[in-house]
Amino acid sequence: MAASLQSANPILSSRTLASPNRSSFAQFRSPFLRFDSASASSNFKPLVSREASSSFVARSAAEPQERKTFHGLCYVVGDNIDTDQIIPAEFLTLVPSNPDEYEKLGSYALVGLPAAYKERFVQPGEMKTKYSIIIGGENFGCGSSREHAPVCLGAAGAKAVVAQSYARIFFRNSVATGEIYPLDSEVRVCDECKTGDVATVELREGDSILINHTTGKEYKLKPIGDAGPVIDAGGIFAYARKAGMIPSAAA
Amino acid sequence: MASSVISSSPFVCKSTKKDLGFSSFPKSSQISIHRCQKKSISRQIVSVMAPLRSPSTTGSVKTGMTMTEKILAKASERSQVVPGDNIWVNVDVLMTHDVCGPGAFGIFKKEFGEKAKVWDSEKIVVIPDHYIFTADKRANRNVDIMREHCREQNIKYFYDITDLGDFRANPDYKGVCHVALAQEGHCRPGEVLLGTDSHTCTAGAFGQFATGIGNTDAGFVLGTGKILLKVPPTMRFILDGEMPSYLQAKDLILQIIGEISVAGATYKTMEFSGTTIESLTMEERMTLCNMVVEAGGKNGVIPPDATTLNYVENRTSVPFESVYSDGNASFVADYRFDVSKLEPVVAKPHSPDNRALARECKDVKIDRVYIGSCTGGKTEDFMAAAKLLHAAGKQVKVPTFLVPATQKVWMDVYALPVPGAGGKTCAQIFEEAGCDTPASPSCGACLGGPADTYARLNEPQVCVSTTNRNFPGRMGHKEGQIYLASPYTAAASALTGRVTDPREFLQ
Repeated sequence: MAASLQSANPILSSRTLASPNRSSFAQFRSPFLRFDSASASSNFKPLVSREASSSFVARSAAEPQERKTFHGLCYVVGDNIDTDQIIPAEFLTLVPSNPDEYEKLGSYALVGLPAAYKERFVQPGEMKTKYSIIIGGENFGCGSSREHAPVCLGAAGAKAVVAQSYARIFFRNSVATGEIYPLDSEVRVCDECKTGDVATVELREGDSILINHTTGKEYKLKPIGDAGPVIDAGGIFAYARKAGMIPSAAA
Repeated sequence: MASSVISSSPFVCKSTKKDLGFSSFPKSSQISIHRCQKKSISRQIVSVMAPLRSPSTTGSVKTGMTMTEKILAKASERSQVVPGDNIWVNVDVLMTHDVCGPGAFGIFKKEFGEKAKVWDSEKIVVIPDHYIFTADKRANRNVDIMREHCREQNIKYFYDITDLGDFRANPDYKGVCHVALAQEGHCRPGEVLLGTDSHTCTAGAFGQFATGIGNTDAGFVLGTGKILLKVPPTMRFILDGEMPSYLQAKDLILQIIGEISVAGATYKTMEFSGTTIESLTMEERMTLCNMVVEAGGKNGVIPPDATTLNYVENRTSVPFESVYSDGNASFVADYRFDVSKLEPVVAKPHSPDNRALARECKDVKIDRVYIGSCTGGKTEDFMAAAKLLHAAGKQVKVPTFLVPATQKVWMDVYALPVPGAGGKTCAQIFEEAGCDTPASPSCGACLGGPADTYARLNEPQVCVSTTNRNFPGRMGHKEGQIYLASPYTAAASALTGRVTDPREFLQ
């Protein structure tokens, strides 16, 4: 889907991003290396305002290009994390388009992971996760077409998944709903990061990166392409309205 | 063990586009054409020879197309598409069910307005099937929500259930959507079918493009009848050779997934052809296509033939047009299997590609057997299980749960005589063997479901199942272990209490 949204797409290719200003990135990134998120957060406006969480999204107002940074704790999983582990089928009675049930779905995010995962993604009794970045291996989100999967991750307050590869429907649902950024790593990051590591994801045109501040390592991410603006907007409908492809809000 | 299977029996070849001239694979192509010519109906001949269709749909064919590319070209009103093209596709049928329908309609209302009407009330099929026979209030509410939407939108095909106490009191109620779609004539060659369920790919067995989508995409389709799709490249699987009597389509697809892995076909089409495929019944073809999503596939597809047309024409009067891959179409990969040399296989916990020969697992003790779902709960699946149980003439050693996919399958289980069983029905044979009484048709415990779901895996037990997924927690308990298997292997395992090769009971 990442590729699909990049090239011949008549709808989604209308927008071109200005190239990033490299020198400003250095300044931009440095605060995360020194300050904790609480002190840094005062400098940046949250992009996604529908829920508060330990993570935040920053955007440089001075820059015309889209550039987003997610900073927070990592939650690390392995290969083939299927939709039953992301949101077990018994919770599919919750209807995501219903706001109360949307919130509740978040509280069950990744509850299907086996007991070998000692740290829970969402603590029992909590509605939100303290982890803003999920790091996975191959084929993240395989299995069912349930949109509840990307929705519950977004509802829990996570901002991005960084995995080696994605199952097709999960990727598409992530973009269509705008709930979470499904980012591709070039290497097997899940073997080099641990749950609880402090990390930053910087989305930039061409060379997005993941920085693990705990280990001090930096990883290249594949470009999100034209799927990025769709997620920025909050999903395919919001994007289409914003881009004037469909009329704004129907009665 | 897995590698020994590869090297000893089927040979797998990958070749490039240049190697794939029509002459490389004359056999399967010619056979399907030949079969079509024998039929008196000209529609299929037309689509093979392609002289009569309007230029807008076929154009002058510069490059050969696969059948998936042809279906998508037609549905996007183009003469040609190539893999990677992003195209707007007109949808022929949109299916949704009780789990994703409320969300899809919720998005439709939110985005198109409270008073909006769906794009075509006769092209939407709503099939409650997931969480039906449960006291879970939210699950019951979701069926009520779908009923309201269907009434308001005047949806023609809504297979409702109101009396949960006795499914037979609901003549409209069908059961598992993918099986019901076929049985009710909604699967037709050449069409585009989308569904809010990953196993929508089952319908590719009918030579159509069928794939699963999420609620948001479905909400868009509800309003517009269109979807933006990327044309997938096609992987071809050529299965030749006589199918041994102890093998079933489930063995074939587990063999293939074991070969290419759970992500081996991600974003791609899996096209199945060859003499073995031509010999398969529609229900077996459905099993094959059903599990392409377990390899990550976007869709699976089988060229329509006389078997297809016979099934479809008995169930629908809607005109359709079969399409076939061109001889010079491009395939990204070719796999060939000699089916006559394959053995019964299972997928061990916790991944559908964790393939092993059934006989290699003979020391695995099991706690229960489950026969059901869109994959393994069709009439022929129960007939196969009953045939083996009758041939063995023994009692099952572990609890054996039977969940017919649809009301029609349930009736067949009680009415159809099992060949070679002296007129006995499946139900009689199951009862004599000590199986649980066949349950009310639904998705049942295949995906766990609400806590009170029949046959749900509530303990960390080992289950041999004819279903499609064995990820942790899939059937309920996170520490449960699921061995995916054919109905033959499931029935044989029920008799021994171990994972068992069905050849122990079938000659």
